[in-house]
Amino acid sequence: MHILVNGAAHDVCATTLAQALDALGYRRAIVATALNGAFVPTDHRDTTALAEGDALEILAPMQGG
Amino acid sequence: MNLYGIELTSRLLLGSARYPSPAMLADAVRASGTEVVTVSLRRESGGQRSGQGFWSLIRDLGVRVLPNTAGCHSAKEAVTTARMARDIFQTPWIKLEVIGDADTLQPDVFDLVEAAAELCADGFEVFPYTTDDLVVADRLLQAGCRVLMPWGAPIGSGRGLNNRFGLRTLRAHFPDVPLIIDAGIGRPSHAVEAMELGFDGVLLNTAVALAGDPVAMAAAFARAIEAGRAGFEAQPMAPRDLAEPSTPITGKAWLA
Repeated sequence: MHILVNGAAHDVCATTLAQALDALGYRRAIVATALNGAFVPTDHRDTTALAEGDALEILAPMQGG
Repeated sequence: MNLYGIELTSRLLLGSARYPSPAMLADAVRASGTEVVTVSLRRESGGQRSGQGFWSLIRDLGVRVLPNTAGCHSAKEAVTTARMARDIFQTPWIKLEVIGDADTLQPDVFDLVEAAAELCADGFEVFPYTTDDLVVADRLLQAGCRVLMPWGAPIGSGRGLNNRFGLRTLRAHFPDVPLIIDAGIGRPSHAVEAMELGFDGVLLNTAVALAGDPVAMAAAFARAIEAGRAGFEAQPMAPRDLAEPSTPITGKAWLA
């Protein structure tokens, strides 16, 4: 399935958000997610289905002022 | 200083960006004595996972984190970012930034109030980065904020307190609301001035991170903030236009 991950095109073999995170190298990473601009809490990732063309944002802690 | 029920010994809140190295950041945080460090959220690469190392460093410092919504330009964007931050950092605290102008990074106070209301209703404890506008401050309090963070000057400018009159007015109008000067501080003397005006604390980042010696500057700000607060509590004398001798005239010899 073709989706956008942090603005870049990816081809992932996953049907849920949780599976996509594993497939993309985020296993056990501390990240927050949003799908098509909407926040998806950690405990909803297993039940959040992905569709062709979805835009996924994966954010992590970073330096900030 | 008490922020949302949390008693803090240090009145300095420190940003975690722009340091020469992660080790320098850690040393500066320790030297500052701060108990609150601001952090952000940015895109994470599945290959590099650089955010994981940063988060590990911050956790090892044992400080409380204040996540921000830096870079957001609308209420919707800021609210979504705040919810993502709460998911990661497991804190209701959020430093709410909604930028309205790219050159000055001045807050968009209309979207700021809208986002603050939505987040407060959702259980967040909001630290709004705002201007020194009195009416906006009142709207933020009505929205549910119990801390206000007016700017001293534009973010990263190091210009100090641009509007002393406005800040003094804000302090006088809201004597019981924790007020923290956020942004624009460049030197320890600016922090002293903010504290002498009666502000409860100072949040700064660039002034420490871009100093020639960030660790020494962090320590300098810690002392400046303590001195400014002590001076405020000691009730400074009122200024005069003309001189007044400090040595008594009475008893002076007649030698002319």
